[in-house]
Amino acid sequence: MTRQTIIPFGPQHPVLPEPIQLKLVLEDKKVVGAIPSIGYIHRGLEKLAQQKDYIQSIFLIERICGICSFLHSMAYCQGIEEMMNVEVPPRANNLRIIWAEMHRIHSHLLWMGLLADSFGFESLFMEIWRCRETVLDIMEETAGGRVMLGVCTVGGVRRDIPPELIKKVLATCDELQAHFDHFIPSILNDYSVKQRTVGVGVLTKEVALERGVVGPVARASGVVMDHRVAKYGAYANFDVEPQIEQDGDCYARSKVRVRELYQSLDLVRQSVATLPEGEFNIPVKGNPDGEVISRVEQPRGEVLYYLRGNGSKFLDRMRVRTPTFANLPGLLAMIPGCELSDVPVIILSIDPCISCTER
Amino acid sequence: MITNIIPVTLDTLLSKVGEIFLQKYRLITISCTDLGEYIDVLYHFDKNYEITNLRLRLERGQEVPSISSIYFSAVIVENEIQDLFGVPVKGLVLDYGGKMMLAEASPKAPQANCPAAAPAE
Amino acid sequence: MPPAYCLMPIMFTFVRTLFRNLSRKPATRTYPFTQREPFANFRGHLTIDPAVCIYCGICAKRCPANALVVAKSPKSWTLDPYKCILCSYCVEACPKKCMTMRPEHQRKDA
Ligand code: SF4
Ligand code: SF4
Repeated sequence: MTRQTIIPFGPQHPVLPEPIQLKLVLEDKKVVGAIPSIGYIHRGLEKLAQQKDYIQSIFLIERICGICSFLHSMAYCQGIEEMMNVEVPPRANNLRIIWAEMHRIHSHLLWMGLLADSFGFESLFMEIWRCRETVLDIMEETAGGRVMLGVCTVGGVRRDIPPELIKKVLATCDELQAHFDHFIPSILNDYSVKQRTVGVGVLTKEVALERGVVGPVARASGVVMDHRVAKYGAYANFDVEPQIEQDGDCYARSKVRVRELYQSLDLVRQSVATLPEGEFNIPVKGNPDGEVISRVEQPRGEVLYYLRGNGSKFLDRMRVRTPTFANLPGLLAMIPGCELSDVPVIILSIDPCISCTER
Repeated sequence: MITNIIPVTLDTLLSKVGEIFLQKYRLITISCTDLGEYIDVLYHFDKNYEITNLRLRLERGQEVPSISSIYFSAVIVENEIQDLFGVPVKGLVLDYGGKMMLAEASPKAPQANCPAAAPAE
Repeated sequence: MPPAYCLMPIMFTFVRTLFRNLSRKPATRTYPFTQREPFANFRGHLTIDPAVCIYCGICAKRCPANALVVAKSPKSWTLDPYKCILCSYCVEACPKKCMTMRPEHQRKDA
């Protein structure tokens, strides 16, 4: 019988941007099991949101995640708007999509850089992150913050993008596309990259369905699921084709995200092209009452907000289920059977965002 | 507004979840709200972008049976409910014993009794 | 969709980038000696014009981070810059519009 060893992986590990611990059960160099222990950065955010009024909560909710912050505020605002029967002006809806898709681009670029870093391709990591600066700059210029945009509010957005900046957004899209064409061959075709990703951390379609994974992880395993198809907000005007791969390994997950980069660029352009004139914000009166579920597709998958108001300006309950929370059970199914040295790559391939998970 | 809510009781919960599982629904998550007199538990399921909810009314001190033997992905959220609301969950396939989100010295059941907590001015 | 040549199997995919980068200037700046012009819209730090302020306290009530403390007598308006999350909500809420969000980062030596 082989001896089993249990080694802790994390909470502090060079490859992990955020603290999560996995206890890995090893037989020689093979990993046969993994047990997660989370809770290192539980901040009690859901509780805090019940003590701020529903407008102040937007700024809090943006800080659930340090990467896809705008999409959190968008999901929350859509929920509150549904509760209060507020019709958002069409211009605001389109502006939201511009920022949301730029957030998706910057999040996927961040992930790609970290993936390159996890298998030791440092120069590719820097190349990708340099490209990411371009997106951050345009977000800073249009919204006033690099990642914490703070532009989404109940009833619309807080800032308009004036015509000269719209031109700049389009120019940035072209610039980004040139950047992508430059480094994407390294991610998809490089021999050494493929050695580390092809066939590693396979998640079959059956297991993916059973464990309820979401987002690019599910799509890379052949599950057709992209909440943008459900046509919330201004996505009603665009056709979003979910990007599907069948293999379910780390390479398939990279491919899905690469294709989503181009898809997001396309959506930004479409949204700019159909940007209606008019107001971008309407004043809201009253307080939210009732229950509502709001779902939005984030870079990592579908997020669910369950909001319950009681007619006062404080909410009874603000519940958020973030995509990484749903992907963790899937991660546990990917790890058994791999080598110890593949564990960092597999963990990164689900694009973990632990501070969202624990809130 | 949420339209698709099926009320369940402690006795019918597991059989109803089993039925939903066989219809190939995906478990999104479980939301728990402490409403003062009782605790409201909502199970959200999804199929083809349509959401279905099961609503369970839980009196104080009652135990809730775990659905993690049917949906493994419920393990983390049920442990979280156990930690944050102080609701004992029975039959978890992976039980952290109330120590997943919280440490030894943390406050117990920090999210229990939320609506009563008046905002500090 | 990525263009077709991105999907062709190629070896040494990074060499092109390597030579391109050899002939270019660095992408980084020697901060703080060289600084980029801040974007006009950036939320850098909060300032107030005390002559206009009526010390009504609306900003302090709205602030999500409890970073502001306003007192009527003696008149005072205090900002804790370490608590402030630079959301600009107070700027919008102020009836006198006496606060401004400046685009530069606040620096200790400035
Ligand atoms: S809201 Fe404006 S006028 Fe009132 S105290 Fe604040 S800064 Fe002064
Ligand atoms: S910018 Fe935001 S956090 Fe800062 S003082 Fe104003 S309201 Fe408070």
